[in-house]
Amino acid sequence: MSDVFDLLADHPFFAGMTDEQIRVVAETGTFVSFKGGETIFSEGGPANACLLILDGDVALELDTPGHGEQVMQTLHAGDLLGWSWLYPPYRWSYDAHVHSDTEAIRFDGPALKQVAEADPVLGYELMKRFTEMLVNRMQSIRIQLLDVYSTPR
Amino acid sequence: MSTQLLAEPIARPMHPVPCRVRSVVRELEDTFTLELDPPGGDWGFAPGQFTMLYAFGVGEAPISISGDPNDASRLVQTIRAVGPVTDALTSVSPGDVVGVRGPFGSAWPTDVAEGHDLLIITGGIGLAPLRPAILHVLANRDRYGNVTLMYGARSPGELLFTEELQEWRSRFDFEVLITVDHGDRVWRGPVGVVTTLIGRASFDPQTAVAFICGPEIMMRFTIQGLQGKGVTSERLYTSMERNMKCGIGLCGHCQIGPFFACKEGPVFSCAELTDVCWTKEM
Repeated sequence: MSDVFDLLADHPFFAGMTDEQIRVVAETGTFVSFKGGETIFSEGGPANACLLILDGDVALELDTPGHGEQVMQTLHAGDLLGWSWLYPPYRWSYDAHVHSDTEAIRFDGPALKQVAEADPVLGYELMKRFTEMLVNRMQSIRIQLLDVYSTPR
Repeated sequence: MSTQLLAEPIARPMHPVPCRVRSVVRELEDTFTLELDPPGGDWGFAPGQFTMLYAFGVGEAPISISGDPNDASRLVQTIRAVGPVTDALTSVSPGDVVGVRGPFGSAWPTDVAEGHDLLIITGGIGLAPLRPAILHVLANRDRYGNVTLMYGARSPGELLFTEELQEWRSRFDFEVLITVDHGDRVWRGPVGVVTTLIGRASFDPQTAVAFICGPEIMMRFTIQGLQGKGVTSERLYTSMERNMKCGIGLCGHCQIGPFFACKEGPVFSCAELTDVCWTKEM
């Protein structure tokens, strides 16, 4: 497998960042893998990392009384999983269950925050990208809420 | 670049031709596919066209043709019951007779997409008007680059043409990506809106062509998503549903800005619609 830097340098999320910035980010990342059926994190647990999915499928689920586990969204190769590590109270909002064997790069949240604090230019570049991801996810959820395929009467 | 206008005049365009129902397939709780004896003569249609189907004594409704454009021996139409006419049309049985006018309107520009990657993006019942285009493309597969279907539905139980989707998925030359807005206990596929599939498709944004059909808000966000990837409006095509009545561009019921959806549409290039589409009250 290529090293973390090479993978990040080719990833659209990091497009536009300098090699040095990517190198600093890459130093906070390690390869991880999960088997189908495993839980990556659970709602309420300490949020201290985010993952860049390289291969596999992960479901974000919410346990709803009376309805069981509801899949809110699935994430796939190329997607970034987790932003609760960025903001207080640093607790996961969902469960993340592995649907199919998954390979990912796990970024250490506190370490990533530390490099962002130390280099505000890098921090801004990262925040721009996280914000874009958040906006895209929010737009998707909004369209889901509109229930556009329901029968108009 | 404009859509194909199929101007073969129909001899008596306002005259419904009685056609016998051969079979009725219940696709979903509110969605049915009718197979009809086609109107006589040189019956044929182009992918994307529609007919006005007449439930005698109730009224007419515009219905997309969902059958194989290479099979002139049958007229296949998929109908979702959303009002009195479509309720009546979905209540017919084999042997009943309905009226047919058409086919009307423009077609998916399958020729424009030749030599390029083709993205077919649809949601809900929008798969029905795209099915003829898919069948045409698959019958002429060597003329196209990567071909990807991205299909979104409300839930796994509301996916149309599931057997055919399985068949298409088993092909190595056709990428089929399916997502649902709401999963269930057994669904192991993607959950999320159809736009989330765009990033998973393999296409050259500089030259790819996209056919998009679904609820307008879904098409709007899909267009934004594709434009964000670098696909220009000239290569994006949508099917616009409006209140078609006459089917021949006379009555004005289906007007979208300067266009009549029944005649210049229903398939438009997004470049044509730039100034009129997505404008409130249009």
